[in-house]
Amino acid sequence: MGKTGDSGPPQGGAPAFPEIRSRALARWHKLWDSGKPLILVGTATCGRAAGAMEVLRAIKEELGRQDLDCSVVEVGCMGHCYAEPIVTISKPGYPPICYGHVNEVIAGRLVREFIAGDDPCLEFVLGALEENELVPSFSDFPRARFERRIILKNCGYIDPTDIDHYLARGGYAALAKALGMPPEEIISEVKSAGLRGRGGGGFPTGEKWETCLRSPGRPKYVICNGDEGDPGAFMDRAILESDPHSVIEGMLIAGYASGARHGYIYVRAEYPLAVARVRTALRQARKLNLTGKNILGSNFSFDIRLFSGSGAFICGEETALIASIEGKPGIPRYRPPYPAVKGLNGKPTVINNVKTLACVRHIIENGAGWFAGIGSGKSKGTAVFALAGKVVSTGLAEVPMGTTLRQLIFDVGSGITGGKRFKAVQVGGPSGGCLPESALDLPIDFDSLQAAGAMMGSGGMVVLDEDDCMVELARYLTEFTQRESCGKCTLCRLGTKQMQEVLGEITAGKGRPGDIDMLIELAEDIKAGSLCGLGKTAPNPVLSTLRYFRDEYEVHLKEGRCPALMCRDLIAYYIIPERCERSCDACVGTCTMEAISTDKKRIKVIDQEKCVKCGTCLDACPPQYSAVVKLSPPDRVPA
Amino acid sequence: MTAEQTHIERETGKVLSRMGRKKGDLVPILQQLQQRLGYLPRQAMAEIARSLNIPEMDVYGVVTFYNQFRLTPPGRHSIRVCLGTACHMKGGYITLDAWKRRLDIGPGEITPDREFDLDTVACVGCCAMAPVTVVDDKAQGEVTPTRVDGILLPFQPEKEKEDGKDR
Ligand SMILES: Cc1cc2nc3c(=O)[nH]c(=O)nc-3n(C[C@H](O)[C@H](O)[C@H](O)COP(=O)(O)O)c2cc1C
Ligand code: FES
Repeated sequence: MGKTGDSGPPQGGAPAFPEIRSRALARWHKLWDSGKPLILVGTATCGRAAGAMEVLRAIKEELGRQDLDCSVVEVGCMGHCYAEPIVTISKPGYPPICYGHVNEVIAGRLVREFIAGDDPCLEFVLGALEENELVPSFSDFPRARFERRIILKNCGYIDPTDIDHYLARGGYAALAKALGMPPEEIISEVKSAGLRGRGGGGFPTGEKWETCLRSPGRPKYVICNGDEGDPGAFMDRAILESDPHSVIEGMLIAGYASGARHGYIYVRAEYPLAVARVRTALRQARKLNLTGKNILGSNFSFDIRLFSGSGAFICGEETALIASIEGKPGIPRYRPPYPAVKGLNGKPTVINNVKTLACVRHIIENGAGWFAGIGSGKSKGTAVFALAGKVVSTGLAEVPMGTTLRQLIFDVGSGITGGKRFKAVQVGGPSGGCLPESALDLPIDFDSLQAAGAMMGSGGMVVLDEDDCMVELARYLTEFTQRESCGKCTLCRLGTKQMQEVLGEITAGKGRPGDIDMLIELAEDIKAGSLCGLGKTAPNPVLSTLRYFRDEYEVHLKEGRCPALMCRDLIAYYIIPERCERSCDACVGTCTMEAISTDKKRIKVIDQEKCVKCGTCLDACPPQYSAVVKLSPPDRVPA
Repeated sequence: MTAEQTHIERETGKVLSRMGRKKGDLVPILQQLQQRLGYLPRQAMAEIARSLNIPEMDVYGVVTFYNQFRLTPPGRHSIRVCLGTACHMKGGYITLDAWKRRLDIGPGEITPDREFDLDTVACVGCCAMAPVTVVDDKAQGEVTPTRVDGILLPFQPEKEKEDGKDR
């Protein structure tokens, strides 16, 4: 096993790797195979938002009341965010069963009826973790045909605050193996694996490491980019919260290969739980001498510090991120020199995305050929996506590169909510684009999406249906970039502002002929006149919506109408008298503005003056009546 | 020196004593101090500049650049409405309007009784639960206008109890 095995006990009295590993395995087996039931509760941010902490408390209280001996472990996010809170129960004699949409009442029942009794409460089952006779397993799900979990494999199965869980599932074995290889060999492995950066750019990772290794200047650094600024993306959050050691291990291997001595994990401020979990993970790794001096008895020393970002989108850009760690405002600088030559404190610095680093251990463990065998063309390995918006199975999905958008949205994501029609998918965040139905059969890889006018970006996908207005979406994304522009380049600062104003007018029905041409002109100027990726890509949402949904712009401009019935200035809510059920008061009760009154015939009427167009009445009106409708333009409401 | 100023001085001193004095320590110092004070008073920024031996303007430049830092004291409870893409398209802007009406303040403002401050945030990574509102560091999923009153409910008795005590 290379150096670690031969060099005897490491300095400082820390135990050797095989010993660390076997201790972890013993604890893991005790947890799963001791004959005691085990309950896993997913308490990542998405779980918590759905009430996981309350469920956890209810489980513990009920176990106490029933005086039951049972282990309870908090785990991360499985990716089935649509079904949170999620609880998994492993009881001897049964396969490990996963329950979805658990609340405090269901939690109490699971304890009483399944842990204390012997009824596995099949009505709440989401799926079993392994194949069995009793309940369908996740591998029977239609989506399983398309998924391939590599970097998400631990997420939701291990306790991210317990390093032994990670070790027991094979963690840090790649590090131990890497420390027995010359750095050049690791670089060549990563190169022939074809690993490309998952932060959006798709730059070959091995080349980056090699440049850093060969560049003069010491000490060198490795930075993990966990800024994840794209709104609508949450893959990096989920990985940092659910399996932080996989990222730390990747950083250590990157550090060893590129000759670095120090590392920083940069996590955005909006992710307090990820910050906490990374901090715990770093402390535990240090204790076992997996970071620090002479790691695992080798000559390699590397320390990692956590740096919490401060809420600025531009800090995801690598040179801005570095400025931010140096204590300056996060303003990008011109490249070259690239950070791998001149980065943090002017020294060679490797900067990689969370997912890029999480891939590394698997390449070292399974070999470059294995990794290169997954994926397509020039895009190797898997891609992790965050599905959000109007898709049924919101959450995380990991699929081989080259999977099509259709497979991802319809097979993995189970299609569009409420039986509505798919309209577009917004990929790549504010720098990306919106792809229409005709693009659904595109394979997802670095190059195809770019050709279609979007980009893979970091992996956020917001799915949109017939009720979503593409002009409004373009306006929103432009407003976002405008606000986040650091202001250094005039065209980025003022050009996006002007674009935003024009789009604002169009969505308010005040657009003018010639607006579309002006948008296209502005887009070209901003692209040409901006220094960093933020400005260069800022016009993408406008250009891609114009490319695929130009007719929607034109309807806004020419008819003052919003075909998707979304733009608030162009719609009105109206109750169709013939459909209104006289005995029903659902809308009246929910309207916080008291804008709905009942006329003499007990038919409900909306006072257009008072209405703020929040849509609550439309949601409240029972589907069998569907009396509340949106009309555009608003003057279609009968007087 | 007022009691407030003494408090600021003491807390600033505590944070500075635990941290390094390099320029790279500036952001972590500001973060820790804001965690203790809830905001970054002018007085503290001056003290930090002195201690790090950098112009006060540099500290101010960093504080105003990053969205996370506040120059004014926060309310007792914070309400942050997510306006990320997923939340926006699922009606986050409508929820924000509901909060504005309910609290009678705009984003970046604080209620006159200092109970609540309202702000927006660009994605907290809970997009699957959109639209999201973060109440005192806890993200809550699917917050539509009708849920606004319910979320404020637990805070009401707390306030009434305090008001009773004052009387
Ligand atoms: C405006 C802008 C925002 C960015 N935001 C992120 C981000 O949030 N996360 C990230 O990993 N990379 C982001 N990047 C890309 C980084 O600059 C950099 O390319 C990346 O961290 C390199 O890692 P990789 O090679 O592993 O992809 C952003 C780039 C730009 C221009
Ligand atoms: S868009 Fe609101 S949490 Fe991501």
